[in-house]
Parts: sequence; structure tokens; C-alpha cells
Amino acid sequence: MNNGWAVRCERLVKRYGDLVAVNGLSFAVPRGECFGLLGPNGAGKTTTIEVLEGLLAPDDGLVELLGLTWASHERELRQRLGIQLQETQLSEKLTVRETLRLFRSFYTRGPSVDDLLARVDLTSKDASWVGKLSGGQKQRLSVACALAGDPDLLFLDEPTTGLDPQSRRQLWDLLRAYQAGGGTILLTTHYMDEAQLLCDRVAIVDRGRVIAIDTPAALIAAHGAPRVVAPEGSLEDVFVALTGRHLREE
Amino acid sequence: MAVDRGGAHGPLVELTLARLRQFVREPEAIFWTFAFPILMAVAMTVAFPNRAAAPVRVVVADGDGGPDAAAAMRRALTATPAITLRTLAPGAEARALREGEVHLIVVPGTPPTYRYDPSRDESRVARLVVDDVLQRGAGRSDPWQARDETLQVPGSRYVDWLLPGLIGMTIMGTGMWGLGFSITQARMQHLLKRFLASPMQRRDYLAAQLLARMVFLAPEVAIPLGFGVIALGMPVHGSVAAITVVSAAGALAFGAIGLLAASRARTIEGISGVLNVVMLPMWMLSGVFFSSANYPAAAQPAIRLLPLTALVDALRVVVLDGSGLGAVVPELAVLVAWTVFGFAAALRLFRWR
Repeated sequence: MNNGWAVRCERLVKRYGDLVAVNGLSFAVPRGECFGLLGPNGAGKTTTIEVLEGLLAPDDGLVELLGLTWASHERELRQRLGIQLQETQLSEKLTVRETLRLFRSFYTRGPSVDDLLARVDLTSKDASWVGKLSGGQKQRLSVACALAGDPDLLFLDEPTTGLDPQSRRQLWDLLRAYQAGGGTILLTTHYMDEAQLLCDRVAIVDRGRVIAIDTPAALIAAHGAPRVVAPEGSLEDVFVALTGRHLREE
Repeated sequence: MAVDRGGAHGPLVELTLARLRQFVREPEAIFWTFAFPILMAVAMTVAFPNRAAAPVRVVVADGDGGPDAAAAMRRALTATPAITLRTLAPGAEARALREGEVHLIVVPGTPPTYRYDPSRDESRVARLVVDDVLQRGAGRSDPWQARDETLQVPGSRYVDWLLPGLIGMTIMGTGMWGLGFSITQARMQHLLKRFLASPMQRRDYLAAQLLARMVFLAPEVAIPLGFGVIALGMPVHGSVAAITVVSAAGALAFGAIGLLAASRARTIEGISGVLNVVMLPMWMLSGVFFSSANYPAAAQPAIRLLPLTALVDALRVVVLDGSGLGAVVPELAVLVAWTVFGFAAALRLFRWR
């Protein structure tokens, strides 16, 4: 039965001193789905995804990935997950190919380095130093490192933050191809268009809790009062309707 | 199930290669690793020539006898090759003594007066030399003239003794600074956290840093030693095998201590402070520049347990005495113990995020 779930987390709690970053958060992601955690900065998205990734220990709650737990199957989970972190800077003086070879060496299965280069469209850049890449190229390399073990489940923390529109679209295409190959994606974002375009379902997170969870279309239908400028409604409207605030104060 | 690395080597090899590539792509790091010991040796050779041959520097002041007595004394002293006479502006005496510009000030009179700092070896020697000349000039008759048999023991010059110490210090510095900075930087870039999120084994990462550090050990030791042989005529009696084993043991020990020092630091400032605190006592105590026998006997057991003391002592024994490894077993044991302790403690304490 639980084989159907890629991610299951229940009543997750994570505190930093007096600050409750994650406050009883629960959701589940079936295999093959692209699931988004959408919320403003400081909502607890990164803390949640790092608890799921086994990088932070939760103070309370249950995490199950691919039917396994961190306590009992850490080695196997590390081999089967792909993880992209928000703030990692890859070594600037290694080439693209050397970086991929390094990450590929950690995994006991997966595509060849050439295959990975082709999948993220960096074949022509394989001999360039990482420090010479553009922001979008660096981000695609970072995703390629996460794909090095042919993961069953891919975690992405704000994968397109700071990228130009063309780079964002390139990355979306890459993620859709991964999903089309049977992979499951869990990503965080504070871009509504990204959530709307990419995600099958979205959990809207605010102050460490899930305040709504459904497909983007259903959320918009239930909460998004259509506006004159955007008659079809948007997730931004959903967030405003649920919290009275905007996702990003701009 | 067969392990498929997709054309990559094993993780230990790839991690080691990654570290090596980053190192060779930093030209500054390379320059300092190899140029530093040579620059030090050159500077030391210039600053400390063979001291036995150096004449003492003496000033004759104007005393009660007036200018004539002073001139007579100058004539008496100037005939001795072991004495160099200097002239000083009046009032400059104290400063000249402090700076080591002169070793002794002679004030003519009957008897003459010697002004000097007895805590300085050169000044005490100058007093003996000058006194001998003046006493004889005043008519002292010596009961006999001793026969001097001077021996030039190869490798007994200060610089011969110093160079193995400098090599030991370089091995320490390269291991500690190299590993300390690169690990702290990887932590600041959140690269360590990214590795932690992958299936990489933690001990592979730490072992790779140590292995990469060993690759450049050979030139690090061979260049200054070669410089010593060619430019300074320094004799190297030890076998290549013995020198290699001792150097490698030292490099592993300081690599492991470097891992430990870098296991918690979050900033470059932080790691710099830690490294200085760890290395400063060894610069002072371990007998790189002057013998650690100068410290009290009670401190000697502790000093011998310091890894730099063990490395420098063992290097001197194998390089200068030409002894085999059997002569340096205690030193090697100290180095191996530091390696095991440093690596194990680093693995436990290491902060990956």
C-alpha cells in the first residue's frame, strides 16, 4: 500500500529555540507526481524540505520516503534520492565534467557522465570551469549532480530563484523530462507561475503549516477570486484570499 | 550487484583528484608551498654565517687618558684579526649594544673598563678576546701556549641543522593551512552539506583530503633538500627511503591535525585563529630555529610529544646522521599516534553544514 507514496510526512515539527519553523505539517506525494511547496520567504519551506532530505532531525513527526525511513534505510535512501540545495556553490575551479564525474562516483547506478551532460544541455560546456558558467548553466549543473544517481525522488529547493526567464524555461523542460521518465519531484518555490506550470499539486505553506493543498486549478477555483486583469485567477489570489497577505512584498 | 560508476573512478579517487585539481589551479598556493622553504634557507644563510669565523665588533671610547690613550689602545686592538673596530658617535653606545652593532665597548684606563651585556654570547666572547690581547700587550706572560686542533664536522653548521627544521615546519604549514582553508571554504560554500546529502561516505572525504596532501610532499621535501646540497654544500647522509618515511609520517600527522583544526570552523578568520593557536607553540618549542634543550628539563617530555618536535628530530637524525628508521622509532610512534587521533577526532567532530 505505502509503495504508492514517494513522500509521506505527518505532524512534522521543527523548532529553533523559541522559533517554531515547522508547526505540525503533513502531506503526502504519490509516485510520479510533481509536488510544490509554495509560500513566502520564512514560511518554513526550506526547513521542511531539509527535514525530508534527512539533513535536519525533526523535533516531532514522521517522515517516510519511498516507503523507507531515515532511521532504518539511510544508505539506500541516499542512493535513491536526488537533492539540490538552495545555497550550494560548486567548486569554481573544477570543470563541468569533473564536477559531474565527482558526483557520479558517489552513486552505484545511474546514467553516464556524457548522458548527464546531454540531459542538462551542457555538452558544449563540459571543459569549462564552473566559475565561468552563467547562473542558469550553474543551476542546470546543480540539477545534473542531483540526477547523477538516476533518483526515484528529486528534491529541489527554489530551483529557479534568480534566473532569467529563458533559463527558467530550460530548467522546467529538464524537470518535465525527468518526470516523464517516471520520477517524482518535490520542489519549493515562491513563484506562482512556476507552481502553476510545473506542479500537479501544490501545498500552500504559511508560518510552518499547510493552509491549503490541491491542484493549482482547484485551489484557484475555490479561493482565487478572478480579477479583471487576470480573469482566470492565479495562485497569488489564492494566497491573498487565505492569508490576507501577498506572497512576496514587492 | 555490480557497482556502476558511469565511467567515473571510485569516490575516494574522484574526491582526491578534485582536491588536487583545485590545488594546482591556485598558482599562489603552489608558489608558497615550494618557494617558502628556499626563501627561508637563503635568508637564514645570510643572517647566520658561520659564527666561529666572524670577528667581534668593538668600540674604544674616550676614557680618562684622553684621546692619546684611546688611539694607543685602538692600535693595539686593530692588529688582531678576530677584532673589528668600530667608531660611534658619542651617546650612541647603549643603542649600538642593544642592536648588536657592537658587542663590547672598551674604556681605556688602568685598568681598562669593559661595557657589555653579559647575557649576549657574542659580548662575552668579545670581552675574552679583547682582554686577552690587552693583558698580553701589558706584559702578561703565559705559562704555555695551548695547541688548537680545529675540527670541521660536515653538517655541523647552523644552516645544516636549520634546514631539516625548516622542512619540518613546511610540512606542518602546508598540511595545516592547506587542509584548513580548503575545508573551511567548502563549508562556507555549503559544498560539504551538499556532499552530506549525497551517498558520499564521510570518511572518504576526509581521507581524500589527506591523500591529496601527500601527492605534493615529494617536491616539498626534495626542493629544499636539493637546495641545501647544491647551494649550501650541505651533506645528506640519510637514505631516500628513510627520509621519505619520516616525511610521509609527518605529513599524515599534520594532515590529520589540519582536518581536526578545520572540523568546526565556519569562517576563514576562525580557522586562521585556530591554526595559529595550534602552530605557534610548536614554532617556539619544537626546536626549528634553536634547540628545544633550551627549555627546562621538566618541560622536555611534553615537548617531545609535540608532532613538530618528533618530525624535526627524526628528520635531523636521518638526514644529518644518516641513521636508519630504527633510530627514530619513538618519533615515528608519536607521529602515527597524532595521525590516528586527529583523523578519528575529526571524523567525530566534523561539522558538515
